[in-house]
Amino acid sequence: MKKIFAFALCIVMLLASFACAQKPAANTEKSEEEPDYSFANGDQYEQIGGTLNILNWGEYIDPELITLFEEETGVKVNYVEMTSNEEMLIKLRSADNPYDMCFPSDYIIEKLIKDDLLQPLDLSKIPNAKNIADRMYEVTNTFDPGNQYSLPYMWGTLGILFNTKMVDETVDSWNILWDEKYSGQIWQYDSIRDALAVSLLRLGYDMNTQNPDEVAQAKEELIKQIPLLKGCGTDNIRASMINGKAALAVIYAGDAILCMEENPDLAYVIPKEGSNVWFDNVVIPKTAKNVEAAHAFINFLNDANLAARNTEFIYYSTPNQGAMDLLDEYFTENEVFNPSDETLARCSVYHDLGTFIEVYNAAWDEFKAKMGN
Amino acid sequence: MKRRIFAYPYIVWMILFIAAPMLFIVYYAVNVGGEWTLTKFWGTLSDAAKWNVLWISVQMAFKTTVICLLLGYPIAYILSNMKKTVAGFLSVLFFVPMWMNFVLRTYAWQAILEYFLPNLFGMGNNTLTGTESAVLMVLVYNFLPFMVLPLYNTLSKLDKSLLEAAHDLGANSVLTFFRVILPLSVPGIVSGITMVFIPAITAFTVPALIGNGKYNLYGNEIELAFKTLSGQGDYAVGSTLSLILLLCVLVSTLIMNHFDKDQQEGGQMW
Repeated sequence: MKKIFAFALCIVMLLASFACAQKPAANTEKSEEEPDYSFANGDQYEQIGGTLNILNWGEYIDPELITLFEEETGVKVNYVEMTSNEEMLIKLRSADNPYDMCFPSDYIIEKLIKDDLLQPLDLSKIPNAKNIADRMYEVTNTFDPGNQYSLPYMWGTLGILFNTKMVDETVDSWNILWDEKYSGQIWQYDSIRDALAVSLLRLGYDMNTQNPDEVAQAKEELIKQIPLLKGCGTDNIRASMINGKAALAVIYAGDAILCMEENPDLAYVIPKEGSNVWFDNVVIPKTAKNVEAAHAFINFLNDANLAARNTEFIYYSTPNQGAMDLLDEYFTENEVFNPSDETLARCSVYHDLGTFIEVYNAAWDEFKAKMGN
Repeated sequence: MKRRIFAYPYIVWMILFIAAPMLFIVYYAVNVGGEWTLTKFWGTLSDAAKWNVLWISVQMAFKTTVICLLLGYPIAYILSNMKKTVAGFLSVLFFVPMWMNFVLRTYAWQAILEYFLPNLFGMGNNTLTGTESAVLMVLVYNFLPFMVLPLYNTLSKLDKSLLEAAHDLGANSVLTFFRVILPLSVPGIVSGITMVFIPAITAFTVPALIGNGKYNLYGNEIELAFKTLSGQGDYAVGSTLSLILLLCVLVSTLIMNHFDKDQQEGGQMW
């Protein structure tokens, strides 16, 4: 008797698991051709040797590139993954950290420069730096004056992802996220700076404002938005948008791409009031031991051909113009991957706010405490 | 006396993983960046919005506990009156979901409420997540076994001769239930309530996943404090909030112990 019960139970569980099987964000279809891992201009790399300790985000480099670099230079690469900028900041602040290079975001680089933890890059050892588009240097200049300490690695924007079947008007403003027509179908982004930036920009303020009144107004607007929200999320937004469960979402371009590949009804827009553009740049800490290998690796990553391969792997926007020239039009003709100069001009990076961040924190705290009440 | 030595590993464990973390929480509540100060501590205590969230969490935990008791008591009662083999098998069925990780079960509910049920009933782009009732339902689902198990233990150990005596003395089944069974099962009820109320008031995953980040409870408020912007986190605020929550748990445990103090037997869960 027990056996029959157990068997029936297994069947029921199996059926249930099939019935409920959801398939959010399956693997993206990438080109099936054999990728070409050769140097764009027939570079030769000298034998350097030693170890190169890299601190980077998870899945944020094509592993083939590391193997290739190891073969070319005889350097043993030790790739350590981090999960947040803050983790990296803590690691770099410890004097005996082993890292020779890492990939922090814009506002963290500002901090690292302030704390005097980085060494200037020797561009004579990075000839491929010329591949990086000038318009990128113009933006990175705002957090690394003179582009002395860092080179852009990957970048992207914040914008609105919307379902064209559910939204029939033109989406070009953050205002639409406060439109009662879409009550219960709007996703706000669950992160202090991003949500407040949306609200500040909509009110016509600077998203790095240090004026308490402006932050207070932005907070009030966010509180007004609560009844209209479906929720406040990060990763869960993707599945929800792909399955047509929400009409509008604040989202990062990299996530937007994944959603748009799964659901052709989705579109991404950077509103006219402007938005955030983020950069992850490569830097060499002052404490780096194998500075030569670090420079060689940065040069290697900026090889047009390899940067193109890397972009196809990571699926974010590349600042490398040489790589853009090699990538197919899926990347180049795509406003999400490659926003126009006008769009980019409307965007700015987040700046380190120093102690004023307390005001942002308090505003966010109040917004969060008002949720669900 | 020599056997005391066997308790030493546990004492070391307690010091390392219970006492020390508690002291750290107190330390961080009153020490901001190496400076001893009570400003953050008082600031948090006088923040009405945070007390409001606590009040909502207490209400939520209370509702969860009441629903679990109302659902769990009949289940435990029915189970305890079945043949031992059948009851054993059914209770295993009941606890099978608990073999799976709590977070996974909550994710499953997220998928059910967000996609499966709305698609089944053709609700279009309307979903069932992000509401108070959804959070409440998943809390009840997750904590119901913790109510049933102690109740089942108590009820199945009940001396059946007492029931026969009650019937002999002329009590009908309703009267027997209220005058004999219910009073005797108080230890089980008390453990059940403790086992449900305390995790429910500290619930954190369920509101985060089922409430779409829109329905915050006290646990989420603590998380928020610790990982506010730029990851520096406000340890003082987070620690103060944790202390308040610890106090709530302590008070509710004391109240429960008060009810439980005469009956030592049968109420324990394992």
